This record gives sequence, structure tokens and C-alpha cells, in this order.
Amino acid sequence: MKKDTAVILKTEILAEGIHSMTLRTDIAETAKAGQFVSVCLNDRTRLLPRPISICSADAAEKTIRLVYRVQGSGTMQMSTWQKGDTVQLIGPLGKGFPTEEAGGKRVLLVGGGIGIPPLVFAAEQLLKEADGQKPCEIVFAAGYRSDDTYLLPEIEACARAVISTDDGSLGTAGTVLDAIRANGIDADLIFACGPKVMLRALKAYAEETGAVLYVSMEERMACGVGACLGCVTKTTATDSHSMVKNARVCTDGPVFSAEEVDLS
Amino acid sequence: MKDVDMRVSIAGVTLKNPVITASGTFGSGMEYSRFFDLKRLGGITAKGVSLVPWEGNPVPRIAEVPSGMLNAIGLQNPGVEVFLERDLPFLRNAGCAVIVNVAGHEPEEYYGVVERLNGVPGIDFLEINISCPNVKAGGITLGTDPKMIEELTRGCKARASQPVIMKLTPNVTDIRVTAKACEAGGADAISLINTLTGMKIDIERQTFALANRTGGLSGPAIRPVAVRMVYEAANAVSLPVIGMGGICTAEDAIEFMLAGATAVAVGMASFADPCAAIDVIDGIYDYCVRHGAEKAADLVGAVR
Ligand SMILES: Cc1cc2nc3c(=O)[nH]c(=O)nc-3n(C[C@H](O)[C@H](O)[C@H](O)COP(=O)(O)OP(=O)(O)OC[C@H]3O[C@@H](n4cnc5c(N)ncnc54)[C@H](O)[C@@H]3O)c2cc1C
Ligand SMILES: Cc1cc2nc3c(=O)[nH]c(=O)nc-3n(C[C@H](O)[C@H](O)[C@H](O)COP(=O)(O)O)c2cc1C
Ligand code: FES
Repeated sequence: MKKDTAVILKTEILAEGIHSMTLRTDIAETAKAGQFVSVCLNDRTRLLPRPISICSADAAEKTIRLVYRVQGSGTMQMSTWQKGDTVQLIGPLGKGFPTEEAGGKRVLLVGGGIGIPPLVFAAEQLLKEADGQKPCEIVFAAGYRSDDTYLLPEIEACARAVISTDDGSLGTAGTVLDAIRANGIDADLIFACGPKVMLRALKAYAEETGAVLYVSMEERMACGVGACLGCVTKTTATDSHSMVKNARVCTDGPVFSAEEVDLS
Repeated sequence: MKDVDMRVSIAGVTLKNPVITASGTFGSGMEYSRFFDLKRLGGITAKGVSLVPWEGNPVPRIAEVPSGMLNAIGLQNPGVEVFLERDLPFLRNAGCAVIVNVAGHEPEEYYGVVERLNGVPGIDFLEINISCPNVKAGGITLGTDPKMIEELTRGCKARASQPVIMKLTPNVTDIRVTAKACEAGGADAISLINTLTGMKIDIERQTFALANRTGGLSGPAIRPVAVRMVYEAANAVSLPVIGMGGICTAEDAIEFMLAGATAVAVGMASFADPCAAIDVIDGIYDYCVRHGAEKAADLVGAVR
């Protein structure tokens, strides 16, 4: 974990409102799938860094990729940054997906909307696991709004892709869970990131099928390093910091075992 | 060229420089120890501790506002016993002054914490956060009532071997009155300002941005208010003042010192830049060199 001045190597627009940024930074050296970076904005009126998941990292090249949706004023500002610009980043932050648990298992990666980027990193990381540690199968279920998709080539390069769209223009019409059921996907281990309703439905599905589920949570953050207690999520057991069943998403997560967190 | 003496002294305790981290914005120090050597700081103020664990408020607890933020953490903390067992041993070895911030719902709860901290080695100061919601008074902070402040100050002083800093809330009509109440109760120092109560409404969802509806405003947005209050308080009492509120740079910190603050605290600036406090220290040093000040303490109250 460090503060680093990163240099933008490449920017792209992947779909309507979905942007990608590749940066050179030492943060790449230790980044793990499911971890995120705090992106500092460069105007003095928006002071809180924006948490963005790492979508891909190349330790040797010292590059990371961030894929984000233009949501409000901060991500809007980010979308104006260009190749050659420098950006202050803090990271890598948080605990990632336990890809080491995937050995020999049927792994299902589920990304809903802008929850897709961290799972692309998870897929890449799973393929890099040592021989006996690799999963026997990787299915990637991606939920989009429409056929204006993003990161699909990256997904298809590492996994069998199963798609859902809200408007039915591609894959299964409906939710990502509809697509999982329509394609008769069975899994032993599920990693997921997306809206809470999706995570809640997946938790029920995992309970029904006996799969082990890990979810990546989202919450408003200030410090990103566990100091301010702004980003807590309700947990079923007492948390390690305050002993009050309020774990910090930024440091105890963002990835939690689905049994640990209260998704209601 | 002579070296600048960066030391300042508060209630007989010498800080190696005037820069402290503000309570609630720096965890127990551990979280930031990966970014720089904590030894460089004048001091660390720990997150508020109460007698028993406090759960805090529901989320969202954070909202960004222009040049600042609102927080409604609700003083989530593990309670004084866990603090003493887990956090203090770390802080004690940090190599700078340790200030323990005390929270309570009513005087008896503050006293319980103070009694537990009394005489514990490795604690240089107690800072009493009088902005906590007071249960008996219907959620209003006791920090707005001069009589209650004076009584609480006296009660804490009677129970603490360490010097007591009273941390004032800016949500009052006249900060001089509450500062004087601390002095009358025997406080060793005062610190200010805590956050200003604010509100943000999410117009798309037509609801409050914070689950708690209101939250404490911090950051550069409050700095001019904080500088004014530090100036007024410093000139109303003869106690040392620790100034804070929106300090991001050395220039900001120097403003507070010139207004009368013996030391300063860096709060939410650490969120955007974990090393903000270090840059403030280095910048104060450079400023002293530039202005021919031999001691950082010479800046204190230089503007009258
Ligand atoms: C661990 C984590 C990983 C994330 N990864 C990604 C990612 O890979 N791609 C992506 O597009 N988005 C991601 N997000 C969401 C992203 O942080 C927000 O969309 C972004 O902060 C919005 O900033 P803004 O200034 O555009 O919006 P505004 O609404 O103007 O932001 C105002 C404030 O609210 C905060 N905020 C707003 N929405 C969210 C949100 N959904 N989650 C947390 N804070 C929010 C902002 O950080 C800022 O402090 C992630 C969030 C978290 C917590
Ligand atoms: C997230 C957060 C938590 C805080 N927690 C405490 C606390 O526990 N006790 C306290 O006395 N002040 C607390 N404060 C107030 C700060 O110590 C400081 O007085 C205030 O933020 C103004 O400084 P700043 O503008 O530099 O942040 C908190 C502030 C923030 C932003
Ligand atoms: S954002 Fe500060 S504790 Fe998580």
C-alpha cells in the first residue's frame, strides 16, 4: 500500500459512459484481484478520493487498468484526463478474492454492470495460478444494461461467457441470475460484484446449490485505509476493529464471505 | 544559518513540532504507519474512546460537499479496554506525543473513561470531546452549555493525572464563553474546532445523503470559521490552544498559529493525502527559515 504518482498510458471509451484508463504505477507490483485504488481528483473542492477496482494489473510492466462508469462529477473529471497526465493513486487497498481456494473447482464469476471490472482481474489471476491450483472450469456471468457491452473480449479470452441484458438485446433477457439458470451453470465457488439486489439473489442461489460465495461490497469511503470508520457494512459476527458487527469495507473487505455480511 | 527550533510546549509536555493528527481522522496511527514514519509527527490523537464499545450510526456515514465532507460516524469504537490492550501499545511506541480522545453520553461515562486512563503510562494528554450527543439532554451536546462544560472539566481534571485538553464545538454562539468555561474548570489546554453541523440532501433520491440526516462538516470549507474561533478563544483565555479545521498545507497551519494556536491538527486532509501532516511540518520549517523565525513558537499569536 502506497501513495504513488501514476502516469496515464492510455484512455479508451468502451461503451456509453464506460471509460478505461491504463496507468503506469508501482501499485501494479502487489495488486490482487478484488483490490482497489483510491483515485485522487485534482481540483481542490472535491477532496475525497474515488475508490475504483483494479480491472487488470501487469506486475512486470508496472501497469494497472481501471474501468469506470461516469457517475457524477468526480468520474466525469476523470474522463477528461488524457494520456501523459499524472494521477495520484493510493493502493492497492483492501482484501481481494481468495483465488487460491479455486484449485480443481468449478468457478463462477458474476459481474453486474460496473461490478464486472474486478472479476475480469479475478479471471486473469485464476488462469495464472500454478498448475495443481487452477480451477477446472471458469464461467463468467456478466450482466449488462444492453448490447452496448464492455470488457467482453477480455472475459471471453479467459472464461466461458454467459450474458444477460436488461433489455434483452443480447444473451438472456433479465438478470444475471436468470442467465445463470438459463444456461444451467453449476459451480462450487462463486465470486461476485454488483448491486446489492444481485448479491442478495446470489446468496440465496448459493445456499440452494451449496456453492461457496464471496461478494465484493461497496460503500461510501473517505480514508480508504481503515482509519475513519466511514465505510462499514453490517456483519454477522463481531468485527475485528470495533467489536460491534460493523466491518470496514475498505480494509476488512471489499471482498467478504457471503456468510460474513448482512446483505439485507 | 541557525536551525529552526520546531518544538512547542503544552502544559509542560514538549512536542517535537507543532503538528498533530486530529481525532477520528488518523485511526490509531497504525493505518498510516505504512505511509511514513510516525516519529516525525508532533503527536497523534487517537479516535474517540468510550467506556463500552459504540456501534455508531447506520450508513451512509460519509458525504462529500464542496471543499469538505460531512461525517456521521457516530463515534464507533471498541471501548477503552480494547483501546488500552491493542491500540495504546502501538501508539506508545510511535515516537511522538499520544493524545487520547474521550467520548461519553453523559458526565459519568466520561469520568469512567478518564478514571481508566488515569496514570496509564504512554498517554501524554487526554482530550475530552464535548461534542458527543448527550443522551439525558435529549441528544444535545453538553458542549454548548458553559456550566456543564465547567463541571465536566473539573470532574475530568480531578480524575486525571495527565494534562486535560477540552475540545470545543463550534456550534455555539460565542466560542469565548465556552473557552472561558474550560479555563474556569481548570483545563490545561483547549482544542478547536470540532466539526460544524451540516446537512446534504440527495435531490435525485429526494432524501438525506447521510442516514443520520445531519453530519459534521470538516475540511477547507470550515477553515475561515476555525481561524476566527481560534483567534477569539486564544485571546479570551490564557490556555494553550490547539487549532484545527481544514488544515491541508503549511500555509493553512501557519494561519492558525499566527491567530494564536500553539499547535495545530491535520484532520481530513490525510484522507486525500496520507502524508499531508508531514508536508505541513516541512512547510512550517521552511516558512520559519524564510521569515527568520528562530523558533516555530515565535509564530504563535503573532497577529493580534
Ligand atoms: C471498493 C469499490 C470499488 C469500486 N470500483 C469501481 C469500478 O471499478 N468502476 C466504477 O465505475 N465504479 C467503482 N466504484 C464506484 C465508484 O467509487 C463511484 O462510482 C464513484 O466514487 C463516483 O464518484 P463521482 O464523483 O463520479 O460521483 P458523485 O456521486 O459525485 O460522488 C460523490 C461522493 O460519493 C461517493 N460515491 C458515489 N457513488 C459511490 C459508490 N457507488 N460507491 C462508493 N462511493 C460512491 C464518491 O466517491 C464521492 O465521495 C467502486 C466503489 C467501491 C467502494
Ligand atoms: C471522519 C471523522 C471522524 C472524527 N471523529 C472524531 C472523534 O472521534 N473525536 C473528536 O473529537 N473529533 C472527531 N472528528 C473531528 C476532527 O478531529 C476535527 O476536529 C475536524 O474534522 C476538523 O478538522 P479538519 O477540517 O482538518 O478535518 C472527526 C472528524 C472526521 C472527519
Ligand atoms: S473509508 Fe475510512 S475506514 Fe474505510
